[in-house]
Amino acid sequence: MDLGFSAEEIAFRAEVRDFVAKNLPAAIHDKLAGGHHPSKDDIVTWTRILAAKGWGAPHWPVEWGGTGWDAIKLSIFTDEIQRGHAPESLAFGTSMVGPVIATFGTQAQKERFLPRILDLRDWWCQGFSEPGAGSDLAGLRTKAERDGDVWVINGQKTWTTLAQYADWIFVLARTDSSVKKQEGISFFLCDMKTPGVTVRPIQTIDGGHEVNEVFFDNVRIPAENLVGEVNKGWDYAKFLLSNERNGIARVGVSKARLAKIRRLASLGVYGDKPKMDDPVFRMKLAAAEVELKALEMTQMRVIAAGRTAPKGKPNPMSSVLKIKGSELQQTTTELLMDVVGPYALPYQPEQGDRWNEPSVGPDWASTIAPTYFNTRKVSIYGGSNEIQRSIIAKAILGL
Amino acid sequence: MDFDLSDEQKLIADNVARLMKDKYGFESRKAYGAAANGFSDELWRQYADLGLLGAPFAEEDGGYGGGAVEIMLTQEAFGRALALEPYFACVVLAGGALRHGATAQERAELIPEIASGALRLALAHAEPQSGWNIFDVKTTAKRDGDGYRLDGEKGLVINGDSAQKLIVLARVSGAQRDKDGLGLFLIDADAPGVTRHPYPTQDGRRAAEISFAGAKARALGEPGQAGPAMARVIEDAIAALAAEAVGAMAEAVEMTTEYLKTRKQFGVAIGSFQALQHRASDMVVALEQARSMMYLAAMSTSETDAATRARSISAAKAQIGRSAKFIGQQATQLHGGIAMTFEYKLGHLFKRLTMIDMSYGDADYHLARLGEGDSLFD
Repeated sequence: MDLGFSAEEIAFRAEVRDFVAKNLPAAIHDKLAGGHHPSKDDIVTWTRILAAKGWGAPHWPVEWGGTGWDAIKLSIFTDEIQRGHAPESLAFGTSMVGPVIATFGTQAQKERFLPRILDLRDWWCQGFSEPGAGSDLAGLRTKAERDGDVWVINGQKTWTTLAQYADWIFVLARTDSSVKKQEGISFFLCDMKTPGVTVRPIQTIDGGHEVNEVFFDNVRIPAENLVGEVNKGWDYAKFLLSNERNGIARVGVSKARLAKIRRLASLGVYGDKPKMDDPVFRMKLAAAEVELKALEMTQMRVIAAGRTAPKGKPNPMSSVLKIKGSELQQTTTELLMDVVGPYALPYQPEQGDRWNEPSVGPDWASTIAPTYFNTRKVSIYGGSNEIQRSIIAKAILGL
Repeated sequence: MDFDLSDEQKLIADNVARLMKDKYGFESRKAYGAAANGFSDELWRQYADLGLLGAPFAEEDGGYGGGAVEIMLTQEAFGRALALEPYFACVVLAGGALRHGATAQERAELIPEIASGALRLALAHAEPQSGWNIFDVKTTAKRDGDGYRLDGEKGLVINGDSAQKLIVLARVSGAQRDKDGLGLFLIDADAPGVTRHPYPTQDGRRAAEISFAGAKARALGEPGQAGPAMARVIEDAIAALAAEAVGAMAEAVEMTTEYLKTRKQFGVAIGSFQALQHRASDMVVALEQARSMMYLAAMSTSETDAATRARSISAAKAQIGRSAKFIGQQATQLHGGIAMTFEYKLGHLFKRLTMIDMSYGDADYHLARLGEGDSLFD
């Protein structure tokens, strides 16, 4: 038993940290460190810097541009990207549709799509959730019907993250209504410019525009844009969702936020002493750090167990990571609310390129409350924490 | 980074698990606990035969060359079974005092006796006024010829009622809470001037309040220099208790799961109710977080930087305390009335978990301590 990192892993961490420090444009770093959202250009710029280094999608098969790193190195890489306030890779491409295409797609689909995901020439979004299909995803009603050489899609998707920037959307649609709901779903790739696709923004409680509704009105897509076999889409979706759970703990995000909390709480912007001098606050901060330290170890245990586990079999322990990881992301945003105090109040919506203009109150205060509100989403998405508890009850406890 | 055990460690884990399975059913435990000293002499001999008592000590001291991992594996199995034998008191606490505070010659004299099962030691360090401050020591040791005379009151001496010898933390100089000026002293438990007041504990064990009135003792290590050694003894003790707690928590989660599957109400197994499933799932989360910190604690005992070591140990104890309270309370609730009975094992797991939290600083104590220092992350 040895819980330390090897010399090679320590050197690797230093290499990634150094690369981020030297190559992440300062304006992007400062924007994200301040709690602002990256723009589309920020994400594209950084993805191309990583892609040029060969790090565009490190976890992919080497033949399609992956690195061949083991799970520990992949986890160190993600941790350093998150801690360094760099934009994260657009998961809809690199972590979701990319691996599905690489595993189940045709050679032509791989050659056409994978290189364009790697350097973000194609921006992908996810057409899964529907107004009537959230936690019960398999209950989706968007339909695809065959008409000669094309599939005709009708229906509505929702909560589609960053669809306003997207070139492509991957869509789960019902292709057979006469069978069990999981057995009549297929997986399609759809160009967002196809006639009949409409994107409508949803404003979230923080005032931001991250998610959208996407409508399909007789959208005709070529038959070659079906992935794998007809009516096997649910299998591919499950495969995709098990990949989504990798890194779901987001330990690096919470670490970065804890460091920010310590820095800001030491400033002493109002009152007679810095927040850091408040023993009640310090105990709450310590409690969050303890849970995060434990979560980091739990994540390492899951990774270590994955080395000997059969490939492609989802580990229900990832539900533990999801629950605790999301709770800690939320706890840390609450601690930031403790730090900002009364200057949580002014509502100063994000202004795109003008994010850095003078603000009311401390210059770091404007994103604190929106981040707190926005972060409530993390226990809802990716399989709500209640769904995760049901998975643990069934898959770990056998209830 | 790996969580793999060596072949020797696997053997220890397998052996102790098998022994607990064969000999430590809950009815047997009741019988062992009813003995005068509150545990089974027969099992103590078997622990010695299996090498458990000597495992964590260095070979040059007469041990078998293991360390924190061997203690962790043993304590986890003992935690599941709620084993009563004085392993923690003798091997972890008193043995720790020897490892960290005694001379090589003293270790070579005493550790083989522990390993063979012949000598049961207890460590008398706490006092009625000291709370969780290990340096709060009023008991004095005064030089007398080639030995020392002890005067004062020691409290909460775990298995101090039946130990043959005691290691006593006493002050040779300085004020009541000074970290300097402390020494470790060895004395026969029935020596003249030693008065023991034995009693049972909430978790079915035995302890004693012990007073010393001019009792003649011999020094271990260098008198006056025992403070840093005691700090390490307590860190090792916390790591060992973390493992025991994880064993007890894992047992509580398993018992609860089994109960949810078999107990029927409204014509169905109560485990089919989502409200109960989700409580049980939260217990799994709390258990896995605790297990992670059990590993961290065990590995941290050999960390050379004292501040880093202290922070990791405090973090582990805080997590263990929070998880133990949550799991103990939830397991009791999910069992319903049966958990409230003395005859059923679950309530005893809950009580042991609660007393582990109350030992060497509860969760809030360690969180406050962490709050005073730097971040756990670099």
